[in-house]
Amino acid sequence: MTKIADYLSNSAVENVKRAIAKAQENEDYHALLALTETRALERAAKVDAGLITGRLKGVPFVVKDNFLAFGAPTTAASKMLEKFDAPLQATAVEKLEAEGAICIGKANLDAFAHGGSTENSAFGPTKNAYDKSKVAGGSSGGSAVVTALDIVPFALGSDTGGSIREPASFNDVYGIKPTYGTVSRYGVVAMASSTDSIGCFTTNAADAELVMSVMAGRDPKDMTTLPDFFAPTEVKPGQKIGLVKDFMTDDVDPEVRARVNDYVAKLRAAGHSVEEVELPTAKYALAIYYIVVPAEVSSNLARYDGVRYGHRAEGVKTLAELYGRSRDEGFVTENKRRIMIGSYVLSSGFFDAYYLQAQKARTLLINEFDKLFENYDALIGPVAPTPAFAIGANTADPIKMYLADIMTVPASLAGLPAISVPAGETEGGLPVGVQLIGKRRDDARLLALAKSLESTEAKQ
Amino acid sequence: MATAEVLAKYELTIGIECHVQLATNTKLFSGADNDARGKNPNTVVNPIDFGLPGMLPVLNHEAVKLAVRAGKALNAKIANISRFDRKHYFYPDLPKGYQTSQMYNPIILGGLVEAPLEDGSIVKVRLDHAHMEEDAGKLTHYTDYSLVDLNRAGTPLIEIVSQPDMHSPAEAKAYVTELHRLMTYAGVTNGDLYHGNMRFDVNVSVAPKGAAELGKRAEVKNLNSFRSVERAAEYEFNRQVDLVERGEKVVQETRGWSDATGKTTSQRSKEDAQDYRYMPDADIPPIVLTDAEIEEIQNDLPALPSYYRDKWAKLGLDRSVTESLLNNQNYAILVSEIQDAAGDDTAKRVAHWFSSAVSPEDEAAEIASVFSPEAFIELSQMVEKNELSSTAAKEVFNELLVSDKSARAIAESRNLLQVSDESAIAAIVDEVLADPSSAQSVADIKAGKDKAIGFLVGQIMKKSQGKANPALAQKLLREKIGEL
Repeated sequence: MTKIADYLSNSAVENVKRAIAKAQENEDYHALLALTETRALERAAKVDAGLITGRLKGVPFVVKDNFLAFGAPTTAASKMLEKFDAPLQATAVEKLEAEGAICIGKANLDAFAHGGSTENSAFGPTKNAYDKSKVAGGSSGGSAVVTALDIVPFALGSDTGGSIREPASFNDVYGIKPTYGTVSRYGVVAMASSTDSIGCFTTNAADAELVMSVMAGRDPKDMTTLPDFFAPTEVKPGQKIGLVKDFMTDDVDPEVRARVNDYVAKLRAAGHSVEEVELPTAKYALAIYYIVVPAEVSSNLARYDGVRYGHRAEGVKTLAELYGRSRDEGFVTENKRRIMIGSYVLSSGFFDAYYLQAQKARTLLINEFDKLFENYDALIGPVAPTPAFAIGANTADPIKMYLADIMTVPASLAGLPAISVPAGETEGGLPVGVQLIGKRRDDARLLALAKSLESTEAKQ
Repeated sequence: MATAEVLAKYELTIGIECHVQLATNTKLFSGADNDARGKNPNTVVNPIDFGLPGMLPVLNHEAVKLAVRAGKALNAKIANISRFDRKHYFYPDLPKGYQTSQMYNPIILGGLVEAPLEDGSIVKVRLDHAHMEEDAGKLTHYTDYSLVDLNRAGTPLIEIVSQPDMHSPAEAKAYVTELHRLMTYAGVTNGDLYHGNMRFDVNVSVAPKGAAELGKRAEVKNLNSFRSVERAAEYEFNRQVDLVERGEKVVQETRGWSDATGKTTSQRSKEDAQDYRYMPDADIPPIVLTDAEIEEIQNDLPALPSYYRDKWAKLGLDRSVTESLLNNQNYAILVSEIQDAAGDDTAKRVAHWFSSAVSPEDEAAEIASVFSPEAFIELSQMVEKNELSSTAAKEVFNELLVSDKSARAIAESRNLLQVSDESAIAAIVDEVLADPSSAQSVADIKAGKDKAIGFLVGQIMKKSQGKANPALAQKLLREKIGEL
């Protein structure tokens, strides 16, 4: 099933040229903000000369454009960082390059990763790989689409509340949001420090295992990284899986529920048991998320002030004007909305009522997950309530847009590993993914579970 | 200006916040050099201090260790779990748009400082807490632009917050002086006031004596000397009493102090106070310290001023001698070592030399660290054996501070050794007595006016160029006059 293996035996220069040609053929999807062709070809030549080698030698990949990476500006799909050339690279990128992987381009995203459709990119939306009238999902929409279009065998994403899983589901690829702290956040433009997780998109579980094996591990530059634990594994039949009832209500598209049920049937057929379980606090997860995350966003985006780097407004007369205009011009509406919500919930007199209360509720949610994992090996449910929606359908109503995150934010708030696995499509031909959620550090077991079902598929 | 009688009707209340720069090699959250002195602007800044996108803090454990030492020196409890929070405001010297600080769970809890006053009494100042935080950079303003220097951005600080336990400018001065000693003795900070290693914010309020509530306070920010703390408190006491006496209200505000004018001026009123939107910093895991770890750090704590005060109590030193000696830790250590090695009398003699060698807040007087106690013990013994006059000893002492020669070598090279050879002095005594100008004194002595011997001893000292042992000279004089 692995696709990366096909690249390893090829000439790196050929791999890169083919990827770039394919990217150019598919420009109309607007999945990439920049190609890093010159640097990619230089590195490919070194790989072919035997100067660089490793587990990913000559394998082209794409980074979401919120990873500091060389070869083109790191824009976070914002005017604020439109011309920002990173002086160093993210740990994840460095680790991949050390194993011979070659970054060929930078993928589109919602500006500063704020959004679930990539429509909030300051440079225009990315189109769904299966239907150009539909959204790519987000915020890592570009990364999902380049993987789905087979431009590269894997792409990097960041997932704060579903930003890897949802676009993976919308584009029929694998997406892994690992346990919080599995991959270093160093060099990734911060959105919400307590939930930001670095992961990847692939077309199969084995490739995700390989890419995660390379990226995962303790990084002295990120104090929140966990000691090394990620190691590919196998799972035996007889796993106990909980189907989260709260994620299978009538609010969820019937076709999405049907695909989840199909996957449940496959799990059972493979000798696993699946039972319905309840996660009652999940209904508060979105409310918790949209307090905690904007609070962290408002803080993490405070550094973009036009003083040291990034967009700086012209013709300002006062310091206040420099801040106000630079930020007004550099951020998109959704960035400003979250900064305002975050500033509000942190302000004196409201902190206890919103932020602290949300953190308490978050602890209840974590406890509820922990309790379930005393009896279950993994949980299953949909990734998103619907398949990819039409471009523009939700942009006028932020609440409607936020509702797309309702089933991905719980695992984010709890720091749990969660993956999106392709599970078929709707009658209209739109992909649907299922979400597998594991206990902390069970990332490899989730991938192994998905992999075991791929092989039953192959046997069938 | 309010008169003393008017001032006496009011109770002055002072609380002090003190920022202490920790003497770590690197910054609180980055590997950049923590010593910005004399460096070109923005040359000791790394991407973390610069607030580049995607940068994450890495806590400097040395800073945590120093904070624990500070806490122990302050008689405080160290929190087993403390956390960092973000304090948000926009200013060009603050690269991340927030200062990483500790709002909700500080590392140092409570504490007590007992500071001696010049009149010999002690002011006990309770501490609310002390927390770790990073320093901001520095702005320099020009006519139509400002320049940012981030060299100091990220320097580790602890902010020590006192209770409002001081009630006179002298108490405020005594507190900050003792705080400075505690922090330098504990090795927490270099304590260089000129370079802002310790900075004080003084909260001052007045209320009629016996009032149940404190008055509205003004906070005088960024004082960097003990004297300015005292003067600012004094000025505010007068200013606020004047306001109240005139029937006006003291407003809660931030004020600045000018050493040149000796006045405070309003900078910012409470209405302009910022909402810092404090929030836990999710990038930094909590600092977890076990009791054993805290104890280990405490065991490394050097002796503090109170240890020396207790130890020197039996020397019978003047309070001012003790305190001026304590202004230099190296001197205190040396005198203490001399006391152990050579006893109280020697220690007392050396203590006096050092106390007059030290000017308070003298930064350069660190040279004693290179000395062994032996040089000073030798000097003391030479005095004891009448080999040196006290004046000559002082001269030798001063050279000892700046040279590596022995006390005896210095005394010899300066020709200061006293002549204790009887025959040599006897010759001078004869010479002096033969001088007609001595006749009157001799007569006086014979007539019982013993004081007159001073003149004759003086003449002997003069003739011997100060080298004659005065006691011996006097003895010989009396013998010879008796024979006359």
